[in-house]
Amino acid sequence: MAPLVPEIIGNEFNFVIALLIGVAFGYTLEQAGFSSTKKLVGLFYGYDFTVLRVFFTAGVTAMIGVLLLAHFGLLDIRLIYVNPTFLWSALVGGAIMGAGFIIGGFCPGTSVCAASIGKLDGWAFIFGSLIGILAFAEFYPILEPIYLGKAMGPVRIDVFFGLSPVAWAFILTAIAILAFYGTTWVEYRVRKKQLKFSPLTMRRTYLVSVVPFVFILLAVVIPSRNDRIQKQVADKKEQGKCVFKEISADKLADELVNNYYKVNLIDVRTKEEFESGHLPLAINIPLSEFLDRKYEDYFKQKHKTNIFYSNDSATHKEACLTAQFVGKSNNLILKETADDFERIIFHAQKPEPLAGKEAYEEYLFRSGAARKLTELQTAFENLNKPVIKEVIKATGGCS
Amino acid sequence: MRSKKYMNPYLAGFLLGLILLATIYITGRGLGASGAMKSVVIESVNTVAPQHAGNTQFYKEYAAEHPNGPLRSWLVFEVLGVIIGAFLSGVMSDRIGWKLEKGPKATNAMRIVGAITGGALFGLGSQLGRGCTSGSALSGMAVMSFGGIITMMSIFGMAYMLAFFFRRLWLK
Repeated sequence: MAPLVPEIIGNEFNFVIALLIGVAFGYTLEQAGFSSTKKLVGLFYGYDFTVLRVFFTAGVTAMIGVLLLAHFGLLDIRLIYVNPTFLWSALVGGAIMGAGFIIGGFCPGTSVCAASIGKLDGWAFIFGSLIGILAFAEFYPILEPIYLGKAMGPVRIDVFFGLSPVAWAFILTAIAILAFYGTTWVEYRVRKKQLKFSPLTMRRTYLVSVVPFVFILLAVVIPSRNDRIQKQVADKKEQGKCVFKEISADKLADELVNNYYKVNLIDVRTKEEFESGHLPLAINIPLSEFLDRKYEDYFKQKHKTNIFYSNDSATHKEACLTAQFVGKSNNLILKETADDFERIIFHAQKPEPLAGKEAYEEYLFRSGAARKLTELQTAFENLNKPVIKEVIKATGGCS
Repeated sequence: MRSKKYMNPYLAGFLLGLILLATIYITGRGLGASGAMKSVVIESVNTVAPQHAGNTQFYKEYAAEHPNGPLRSWLVFEVLGVIIGAFLSGVMSDRIGWKLEKGPKATNAMRIVGAITGGALFGLGSQLGRGCTSGSALSGMAVMSFGGIITMMSIFGMAYMLAFFFRRLWLK
């Protein structure tokens, strides 16, 4: 699952990617006309709204893309970089940048494009930017209170307004499209041209305006992976026809002693319950976190049998059912509860002298298993934790 | 030879959006520009005045956060790409050449002084606002960052407010 860096693409190769993305970025900016300062400031005087069109279309496209990728479980939204909000610096910094925009006629990215094709004003702007950054570095102690004031963390605007991401996407897209219509009208007025288009052009325009909303609707209409799995589990439970493969405490003890490498013993209770005591060699995947992508490998692998247990059979049955819908691993549930296992194996009672040979053999097996399990547990002390890949959050922004 | 026309803005915006989306998908971060300029400034200060950099808070903090040095940064490579990409685009559309673009009433000196001043303001503001139009506003919009959208509104709001006073730079 994306982002691909650093799990799938290494940090070194990431620089090559940066260069390639930069080429595409620079090429598109220049093709859009962003190397021309007169085109850039056009929107502030109403004669050319290219910047607004390109900028808003790009933002809305990427936003809807991120929304859909996240919805369908292709991009882990928690790992991507969301610019942190420091309210004062965002407002004051933005205002200073706005002044720089109207006076200098560029922003940093566009000045680089302009300079690349030989625009002298682009070079002058870059030179100025370097001075400005140097000034910031030198006067940092004075600016620090503004820079660090009113820290709100990486807040998302949908969360801030208490909306769903889909609702915000809808609002922003609507604003963008209204702005496109409005600014076209303004542009024609300022240029003193008549605002008249052929019916065909208008029909096409309306059609294209609808497209982004259709994409947003996909996120509403098509259930996400987690929703789908939860629904499948709920349906199955309602039908009441779940068949579970069970394993008894004795069989499990035998498996663990002889074939511990062939099973994943999974404790589906909460982390606290797990930590206060669990079966030997068990790992902990709380039921509430079953759909987390980091555990997916356990439910998709085909080398080991997953054995789920908890302290009440409803919980581990649900866990087993969920696991069946996540992947195709071989899943079993423990017939007894965790406490029962503990009692049966670790506190096996020596049978009465006349109980018979079978009862005595059972006792021998259980106490032997208990001894070996304790040994194994000690030997594997450090291996019994789930091997969770360290999750690395992307860094970004301009730092 | 006349240079070719610019791309349809909506198409360009769509492509730009896809590039940004690909960037987020692959790297988990957005696009940017001013960060690369910051790297250049810090590298220059480290080279020219290492002693000053060694005992000034800002450079010390930066060095602590970037143990590989300022130039080994994602944005530096990205902006190198921007230079190449924009140049390629300029070549393909016949827009290469030394030129100073300005409003009809502005003199060359006004334009150059304006560009340097504006650049300085933008440079300073981008550091304060943690990113410029690309890194903060555009990338912020894509990931629904509250701060990014505030910064964007602040940039464009201020530019609109001041547009009237600087019209001699741009208008007839």
